[in-house]
Amino acid sequence: MKHASRLEGTHLVGAPARPSAARARRRTVRWTVIAVASLFVAVVIGLFAGAVRISPVGIVGWMFGGGSLTEQQKAIVAELRLPRVVLAGLVGAALSVSGCAYQAAFRNPLADPYLLGSAAGAGLGATIVIVLGAADVPLALPAAAFLGALGGVGLAYLMASTRAAGRTSTSLLLGGVAVASFLTALQTYVQQRNTDDLRAVYAFILGRLGTSGWHEVWLALPWVALACGVLLASRRLLEVLSLGDLEAASLGAHVARDRAIVVIAASLATAAAVAVAGLIGFVGLIVPHAVRMATGASNRLVVGLSILFGAAFLILCDVLARTVVAPGELPIGVITALIGAPFFALVLRRSGGAR
Amino acid sequence: MHRFGSVRGLPLLVSLFAAFAVACASSSTSSVAGGSTPTTAAAYPMTIDGANGKVTLDAMPTRIVSMSPTATEMLFAIGAGDQVVAADSYSDYPSEAPTTKLSAYEPNAEAIANYQPDLVIYATDPGDLQSSLDKLKIPALSEPAAATMDDVYAQMEQLGMATGHADEAKTQADALKAKIEGVVDDVGDAGKGMTYYYELDDTYYSVTSDTFIGAVLGELGLKNIADQAKGASSGYPQLSAEYIVQADPDLILLADTKCCAQDAEKVAKRPGWSDLSAVKNGGVVELDDDVASRWGPRIADLLQQVGDSVQAQAGAHAGAQAGG
Repeated sequence: MKHASRLEGTHLVGAPARPSAARARRRTVRWTVIAVASLFVAVVIGLFAGAVRISPVGIVGWMFGGGSLTEQQKAIVAELRLPRVVLAGLVGAALSVSGCAYQAAFRNPLADPYLLGSAAGAGLGATIVIVLGAADVPLALPAAAFLGALGGVGLAYLMASTRAAGRTSTSLLLGGVAVASFLTALQTYVQQRNTDDLRAVYAFILGRLGTSGWHEVWLALPWVALACGVLLASRRLLEVLSLGDLEAASLGAHVARDRAIVVIAASLATAAAVAVAGLIGFVGLIVPHAVRMATGASNRLVVGLSILFGAAFLILCDVLARTVVAPGELPIGVITALIGAPFFALVLRRSGGAR
Repeated sequence: MHRFGSVRGLPLLVSLFAAFAVACASSSTSSVAGGSTPTTAAAYPMTIDGANGKVTLDAMPTRIVSMSPTATEMLFAIGAGDQVVAADSYSDYPSEAPTTKLSAYEPNAEAIANYQPDLVIYATDPGDLQSSLDKLKIPALSEPAAATMDDVYAQMEQLGMATGHADEAKTQADALKAKIEGVVDDVGDAGKGMTYYYELDDTYYSVTSDTFIGAVLGELGLKNIADQAKGASSGYPQLSAEYIVQADPDLILLADTKCCAQDAEKVAKRPGWSDLSAVKNGGVVELDDDVASRWGPRIADLLQQVGDSVQAQAGAHAGAQAGG
């Protein structure tokens, strides 16, 4: 992090007019408090709302060791609702932080975990494991999803780097789109050759938050925590990368190495999310943008806020998914896309107008 | 543009070739007599009132291609199995069915025509199967998913008529009906007030009583917990795990033992499910996905399996009440 110190006091293009250090600190504190509070509120709503009506007083009482919940209600809260809230938070945080990282590392506002082929790769890996009948082997699914995600982004990287133009963000994104289509086609091919597994594959891809328990939480937690930790620690690095390769190099960054660290960490988070929850769209795209637009902050702050707001956002989306048509469920991807697509259009309009 | 033009012309060329192949084939088929012995001297040419409109058969079909696993089961059940030359990739029952690689999901008229059929039976037409077969002058009969048992009997009899096995089909349909009524009678009032959860896959997709399988199970007097979610979807809602646990159904019917490798042991290990009555009292019933998703004659065996469990559960109830 030697180069980081050189950045102190450097005016950063893209960030809003530099506020005084004190004001920046106040803003950081204010937004951090808001984000933590939002996450807390989301968790509380997530715990209180559900297909089954359970008195909030009873839930609070149970959390403090007493209360009037029946055994069945305790089982519902402790084994179904709570792990689902925690998992939704983890997945939301993972997708948001990786979206944030991809956008900065590739300097492209439209980059998200899915555009670059990591999710398609994770889907392919998971499909192969299911088709081979190895889905029950411990860790086989998340491992395959992780390798697939990394392979997807790696391929996109290779494609872009062989272009004479070099690893510009545009060629990377194009590479990512091509790789994503290719891997999705491969995944569809493998799936169609094994139509007996069609339902299991679809069930995996369309998301599994509804069937999750603590097992999935423990599966995802270490990877998501590791990735979030790495990206939080590299938040200055992200800011440098988002300036562009030449500028970053002139500021002392090892562009290729730094970008690799960020991409690996983001892919790790994506893979963990896909492995336990299937493909959930738009979260990685809209949360970092919403944070940037709302706070006007640079990537240094956006990384951390994306984690918190991403967790809160997906917890609330999941609340809608399991209450709107209760006792039925809506696929969570429908909720995130219904909110995400119009937002995407808004971001496009705004970023277009800025040029 | 020139290149695009030639690509666009390709399907036309292909269908021309296919038509040519069929024309050649049909001249040779007349010499190939089917090995079956029809039970009735049916009057051909005949016109059948299919779900896809009037279907005219010039002679007794001896080269049937079945694009529906259910139709395949029915054809063999009514004694028309010898007349089936090819069945789609899912037609895995009975074992003597001529299963091929033909896909019922993405039916390919050309691949079907390759078997020189004089009748094609299908359950779903996802695209232009019917119109393609029309162009190839291959008679096709649609036997879509049944909504009730009466549809099942009617389909069996229609297939019997079309294939020259009308009497046998009637006998088989009546036998099936008697079998179903037998199960319902055996169960009697045991199923009254009993609830069940029917599982389509391990993400808790279920069926309401508006579906065929839901209606059939309803014959036993069971209450379906998914009916609460009727407003959510057209018969196949995804249920919330919380709701299933709260509803605590007497029976858990697993129609995902093949697709998703579920069994009673795995259900017991699901978070929050270990204390469910069905799990504790042996009320988790492992069904055959294939039988459960079709509307063929084996549906009676499935109903028997569920009926037995209903009686066992009723016995356990009575025992528990007497003992406690």
